[in-house]
This record gives sequence, C-alpha cells and structure tokens, in this order.
Amino acid sequence: MSQNSQTPRGEMVTFMLNGAEVQADPNWNLLEAIQFYGIDIPTLCYDEGLTPYGVCRLCVVEIGSGDRTKLVTSCMHPVREGLEVRTHSNRVIKTRKMIMELLIARCPSSKKLQDMAALLELKEVRFKPLNDDCILCGLCVRMCEEQMVAKAIGFAGRGTDRYITTPFDMTSEECRRCGACMYICPACELRCQGPQAETVLCSGCINTEPVCASEYGDAMCFMVPCLSCVKGPEDVK
Amino acid sequence: MVKSINELESLRSQIQSERDSNRPRITVCGGTGCHASGCTEVASTFEENLDSGGLANKIDLVVTGCHGFCERGPIVIIFPQGVFYQKVTPEDVGEIIDTTVENGGIVERLQYKDPVTNEIKVKEEDIPFYQKQKRLVMGNNTSIDPTNVNDYLAVDGYSALAKALGSTPETVIDEVKRSGLRGRGGGGFPTGRKWESTRNAPGDIKYVICNADEGDPGAYMDRSILEGNPHSVLEGMIIGAYATGANEGYIYVRNEYPLAVANITTAIRVAREMGLLGDNIMGSGFDFDVKVNRGGGAFVCGESTALMASLEGKPGEPRAKYVHTSDKGLWDRPSNLNNVETWANVPLIINKGADWYAGIGTDSSKGTKVFSLVGKINNTGLVEVPMGMTLREIIFDIGGGIPDGKAFKAVQTGGPSGGCIPESMIDLAVDYEQLAEAGSMMGSGGMIVMDEDTCMVDVARYFISFLIEESCGKCVPCREGLLRMGEILTDITEGRGKMEDLDLIRDLSEVLKDASLCGLGQTAPNPVLSTLKYFEDEYVAHIKDHRCPAGVCTELITYSIDAGNCTGCGLCLKKCPSEAIMGDKKQPHVLDVEKCIKCGICYDVCRFDAVSKE
Amino acid sequence: MTVDESRLDSIIDEYNAEPGSLISILQDIQAEYNYLPAESLEYVASRLNIPRVQVFGVATFFKAFSLKPKGKQQIHVCMGTACHVRGSKRVLEELERKLEIKAGDTTENGEYTLETVNCVGACALGPVVVENEEYHGQMTPIKVENLLNGK
Repeated sequence: MSQNSQTPRGEMVTFMLNGAEVQADPNWNLLEAIQFYGIDIPTLCYDEGLTPYGVCRLCVVEIGSGDRTKLVTSCMHPVREGLEVRTHSNRVIKTRKMIMELLIARCPSSKKLQDMAALLELKEVRFKPLNDDCILCGLCVRMCEEQMVAKAIGFAGRGTDRYITTPFDMTSEECRRCGACMYICPACELRCQGPQAETVLCSGCINTEPVCASEYGDAMCFMVPCLSCVKGPEDVK
Repeated sequence: MVKSINELESLRSQIQSERDSNRPRITVCGGTGCHASGCTEVASTFEENLDSGGLANKIDLVVTGCHGFCERGPIVIIFPQGVFYQKVTPEDVGEIIDTTVENGGIVERLQYKDPVTNEIKVKEEDIPFYQKQKRLVMGNNTSIDPTNVNDYLAVDGYSALAKALGSTPETVIDEVKRSGLRGRGGGGFPTGRKWESTRNAPGDIKYVICNADEGDPGAYMDRSILEGNPHSVLEGMIIGAYATGANEGYIYVRNEYPLAVANITTAIRVAREMGLLGDNIMGSGFDFDVKVNRGGGAFVCGESTALMASLEGKPGEPRAKYVHTSDKGLWDRPSNLNNVETWANVPLIINKGADWYAGIGTDSSKGTKVFSLVGKINNTGLVEVPMGMTLREIIFDIGGGIPDGKAFKAVQTGGPSGGCIPESMIDLAVDYEQLAEAGSMMGSGGMIVMDEDTCMVDVARYFISFLIEESCGKCVPCREGLLRMGEILTDITEGRGKMEDLDLIRDLSEVLKDASLCGLGQTAPNPVLSTLKYFEDEYVAHIKDHRCPAGVCTELITYSIDAGNCTGCGLCLKKCPSEAIMGDKKQPHVLDVEKCIKCGICYDVCRFDAVSKE
Repeated sequence: MTVDESRLDSIIDEYNAEPGSLISILQDIQAEYNYLPAESLEYVASRLNIPRVQVFGVATFFKAFSLKPKGKQQIHVCMGTACHVRGSKRVLEELERKLEIKAGDTTENGEYTLETVNCVGACALGPVVVENEEYHGQMTPIKVENLLNGK
C-alpha cells in the first residue's frame, strides 16, 4: 500500500472503530485491526496466510460519516488515519445477511455456511436451493499458488459458469497431491471425506456424515485418483 | 521524419497549399452503418467508373469515417457543392457522376426529403438531424480519409501536440482541469484531476491507456471515432502521456471492431514513421509509443482494473480500488486510463483553450457528448450535442420522433449500468448530474428509445440477462445476486411472479449496489430499479393480471385469427413453423393455441390484419 | 488435431513471447484454426512461461475464444439493446428452429455455428445478423430462410 508504506514503521495510525479511538499498525488491513481488537466479523475467503481476495464480501464494514458513508471489504481496505469504521451497523448486517442467504441457497448442505447463517440469525432463504458444493472463495487456488507454489488449480469460465479446476479439466501435472486445497476449503464437509478418517489428508471430515460423496464425480478434490477417498474411478458406474 | 515543431508546420503548410477546395471530390461514408448497407460496393463502383471514364486524376474519391446519420446510409457527398445523397446504391453511381460531379446538376430521388415538411435539403448541414448538433469530436469524420495522415494534418492535426510539447506538463494538466472535461466512458471523473494524480504518483514507469473496449450494447460512438479519426485519439494520448509522464501507452480495443483495429494500427504505424511517436518526438526530448491490444470479448473489461488485468494476459477480473490505479494500475505502476471519446476531446481543448471548451455545456458538465440514438426512433445514428440539451430536443428535433405514429414511452441511457427515463421527464437537460438524479447515468452515451410496444419488465430482464452473462463471477453479490434477480424477473415475465418479489428485488438491489466489488455489480440494479420506479404498474400487470401490456412477453400473450378479416390466403399457414394454423384455401383459418409457439411470424406476414395478439 | 508448432512460433514471436500479449496471441491462433486446440494452449503456456492454468483460465473467460471447432459458416445474432427492442430475440429463435441448434452450438454436419453477440455497433440497422463478417440489417424471422439460402 503506497500510502501506508510512507508511514515509518512503528508509528501507529489512529482511527475510530465502533465509536472508540483505536490504534493500528499502518501495514494492517482493516480486518486485521478489527480482529486484533477482538471484534468478531464473518469471513469466508480470508486466511491470514494468503493474499486477501475480497470476494465473499461478508467482512464488509461501513466507513465514513454523515451522508458520505460506504461499505468496504475490511480484508482489502488498508487502515488509514482518521477512518470511521462501523462493523455492525444496520446496513452492514442487512448486507451480510443477504450475502449469506445467497450463499446458502447455492450450497445448502455446507455445515460451515449453516453455522455462519445461524450466527447471522438468517431465518429464511427466499431463493431456490441449487445444491452446489463450491462457493468460489478461491482459498484453494491461492493456497495452491502461494503456499504450495504449484499453480495446479485455478479459475475457469466466467460469471455463473465460473468454476475451479485443473488446467484443461484434466489431471494436473503440476499437482503434488498435497491436499492443501482440501485442508483450506471452508465448504468441503461433503466433499472429501473418506471412510477412514484418520488416514485422510485434511481430516476435515472426521465428524461428518455421510462418510463419502455418493458418487466419485461429486468429489471436488483435484486428484485422480483421490488419495483421501478409497474409491477410484473404477468404483463408480 | 518530422524533427521539430517547425518542420511539422511547414509540412502542414505544404499540404494545405496543395489542396484546392474547388477540386471535385466525392466522399463516401465508410462507417460501420453505411458499411452494412453496402457502401463498399458503392465506393468501388465510383472507383471503377472514374477509372473507366478517365476521371480518376481530375476527381478525388475519399472513403471517410462515420457521418452519424446511419439510418440513411450509404451516404455520399459531392464537393465542392456539398450535395448530400442518401441511400445510394451502386446503380446510382453513374448518374451521380454524370449529373452532379460533371455537370453540377442534382439527382433528386437521392436527396433527403424532410418527412414532416416534405422539403428537400441539398446540403448535409441543412438537414434537421444535423442542425441542432455541435460536432466537435465527430466533426472531421466527414471530411478526412482516416488512413491518410495528410488529411488530418490539413485540418490542423497534431498542432495541439506541438503546442503541448512547447509548454510544461503542468500547464497542459491545468488547461485540461480548467476545461472541465470529465470522463466520457461512464463515471464522469474529472480528467485533469486524474492526470494530475498519475503525474504526482511516485514511480519512473507510468502508462496511459485508451479504453476502446466499448461494450455497452447500443452504443458505438467510440467505434466511429476510432474508425473515422484515429489520429485524434492518438494525438490526445500523446498529449496525455506527456502531461502524466508516461512513456508507454496501450489501446485496448474490441476485436469485434475490425475496422477500428485496422485504422488505429495504421495511424500508429504512420505516426511512428513520421516521428510523432517514438523517441524524442519532434525534437522535444519526450519519448512515447503505443501498442494495440485486442479485447477478448468481455463487457467487464470496460472496468479499468479488469482491463488492466487482461492487458497483463490474465482473465479480465476487476480488483478492489481502495488504492487507485493512478497509484497502482497496470503491472502495479501508475496508470492513467481514459476512453476513446475523452482522448479525442483533448486536442480540441489544447488547440482552442480551456475557456472556449468550458463555455460549452452546463455548470458541471462541459463540452459536447456523442450519443448513439437508436431503438424506436426515426433518425437512428450518432449525434453530438452540447451537454445540457434536453432529451426532447435530442429525441424529437434531432431524432425526428418515434416511427409509425407510436407513442414515446421511455429512453434508456447509460447501457446496463443506466436506467430508463420516462416520458414525464422528457424535458430533462442531459448532463452527468441530471441523469444520475433520474436514476440513470451518462455511461458511454447509448440512448435507446422505447415506444409503447416496449415492455419495461422485459427490458429490465434483458439487461439483467446481459449482466449475468457478462459478470466475471468473482464476487458473491454480483455472481449470485444477479442470477437470483434474473430468476425473479423471468418468473414475472412468465406469469409466475408474486407481489413480494418486488420487495426482494429492492433488497437484492441494495446489496448489489453496496457490496459488489466493481462498477458492473454496483450499477447493475439501475435498469431494474428505474423501471420499477417509473413503471411499477407494468410489473403489477404481469404479476396480478398475468398480462404483458406491451404484448412482448411471449408466455403472457396469445395469438388468434380473426375470421372476419381472414381471406384464407394461406400465407400464415405456409410460414407457421409449428403447424399450428389450419384451414382450407379461401376459408378463414384457425390457430391452434396448443401448438402455437408464439413466434409471431403469422402476425408479421398477414396482410389483412387478421392475426391479433393480446 | 495436430498443431503446427512453427506456425505457433511465428504467431508467438510476433509478440516477442510477452505474457501480456496472451490474449492477442490466442486471438491469432483462433483465427488460424477457427478454435483453440488444447495442444496449442499447452504450447503457448510453455513458450510464454506462464502457468497452464492461467492460459486455460483466459481461454475460458473470454467469449471470443472457443475450445471446440466452429462451423464453416458463422452466424452471429446481435443481442444489443437496440436490436433487442426491435425484436432480435425472435430472429434468434427462428434461426435456432431452422438450424435445429441452440445459440452457442454447431450443427452436426459442421456447417453452421450459431452465436449471440452483445452489440456489433451497427445499431441503426437493428436487428443485425452477421454472417461470416457480412452484416444483414433490419432482420426479421421471415428473412431468416433467405439468409440461410444465401439469397
């Protein structure tokens, strides 16, 4: 951040967080500052070890005062001197609820989304359920690229046809089957669990039922054959 | 090679002195509209006839850029008299040469006749379509051959560049700031301020970018400027680069515009050969060069950060702009992006001065704006008017009103980001603020006129479908929200809507505006909200009465044959693709509603007014 | 389909194998083969030294690119706003019926590809159908038959 990098290290910026004056490291983004001060706001596409991507929009906060206020994604917005930040205004809550409603209509069976929806007190979903399993948060893509330096998966298509895949939709030569993509997936409960929970790579499925995706083709890990799942393509009709 | 400003001026004097304004000249409009109506054949027939008649060295033939009056193409103007001919076919060419070019006479049947007064208009400037226009940016389109730089130099081309290079970058920026020029691509950000931010941003390598990825459906002014006067855009960019301190530039142009790509590529090559691009331009010590990148077909690339991503060879996905592109743009370096029309305004401002420019338009919006006046309108085409002209003047005085005696219903401005302005607001003066206040926006200047036969719910659904297809899909509100908005609107147009859907649309719209990542999603609700605001009764008719008042939404209309009017000619029966029409020759026919797929062909072909839809 | 690597090289070299020219390079390849053969994309990724997944992402993001071969005759129906209000949807539907394919598809005999395009910038002539770069203005469902018969 060019503006922040001009601030000498160690010098803090001061801004208003929910009415209280707080200080933060100028290199932080707003979300880091908000979490530092113990305020819990939902997020799905953010991970502190990865470059912020700003797509789930759940971490929106309201900044500004009077007539000049707007929503910004706190994971992308730098902390700045004199900002006025509200993390739970009516406008923010209304927005987060609608986003959650959209997400849960897309992936109704995700345990993580259900829990987050409950915390947001979402009571009704007015859209037709799509029973999909990916929310396109891109955590796996960034994990693969930034932490595993493999670039084995990425986004393809656009708009409603956007999906995450390997190059040319084929077994990826770049994939080392490390399982990091599954580890970081926030919506994968239904996706990658094998019957022998202790041997699977991400272990994210230990407590969930059913034990395996009903069809191999539903599995969303990018490994063929899937190492975390005892089923291979030959087991599927 | 032009090595100094003096050399440029002596070259210009030489070109101008060689030109004889009394020499016979035939100009054929080569814009896309005329192209589609067959101007290429007209131009080649002229060429053949001039050659075979031994006239080629006495009479000039110029294929120019778009004149704007696309409805009447192909357009031919004969100089020095300035005789204007419309809808010219290759068969007319011989007669035009004999009668007008050689003998100064007139071919009356090709002249423009005012549809209201029946008065014949001899010259282009006498035609009402042109009379209220103020053609600054489009002005030279009609007189120059876009592939011939000498034509541009003859009309003072590159003199603004010479002037700019002779002053400091700060002076140039100040001039643009004082002119009040605002971005012509959509948002209307003050151009001078943008330039200043880029100039002040730290960094040695900076870029200027021309956004020619004109994606608004129904808008084609940038296409016509780039096709018709590419050097004016290039000149604007070189001046902008000098002012902001950039040495490299990019033009990102739609691949769907092959002629624009060809003409700007030629212009760049010629400018490079002449020393107007490259190192040490005209001895000033300033270096600058431009590359053309062709777009891959994505509306979202009109968004600056998405455009820059695709210039980097990545999918055209926008990113958050909490740090401006003037600080971190293309390859994270300071970048200044303007669209075609904005760049084309720059030479005018430098040449004629900020005060002159600021004298045109309204308090907040200066200069002229090119609009593409299309849809249900008599005089379809490109019109350039001073900011602040009312919609009524544009649509009725210039556009000649609505065809077939139908009633005007609304005008849609600003493309998929804009809204529909109803008849009650027809006296609105068009500038950035007024349009925004009405729930629409300037956008790039599309003006789509709608009549009583246009269904406003269908229009809203059309734009949302467009945006669903064009959304990059990166952020949740835009990707998922638009999809749901589309579902709801489809339900309404197909008779499954509920009144509570209207509240859901409004709630979704708020979130799209507030929480979408880029301008595409943030402005996407405008077509829906504006139609809901001004035409709620049409939504209610669809939902409560299962009726489409304009007779557009196929699920809600039925076709039938009126036995009294039907002569049993059998035409509809023959043309019906679903065999839904039965009847014996010369007996009234019957339409089977069960089999009818509502294609409307019977309605179109019937000559006896016997097919009705309701 | 096997791709001619020397042909690809000459396209890539024209852009100095710059990663920023990826879209232009893919456009030229598409012009050459009428679509983007998978092998050509692999080759471009290795020559430009960019991740294969990035090339695949770009090739599937932009509407101009096709990973499947296209028909000999390409019909583009303009769905711009001006064409829409003048009835382009009905023209498209008639083409779909006559060719027995949906927009975006190619007929089984490989003769026709039918596609929609969001504004070709010839709004004055709407509805517009572009057949192999030839513009047909003021289209109606009735004119579709003649268009397909080359009249």
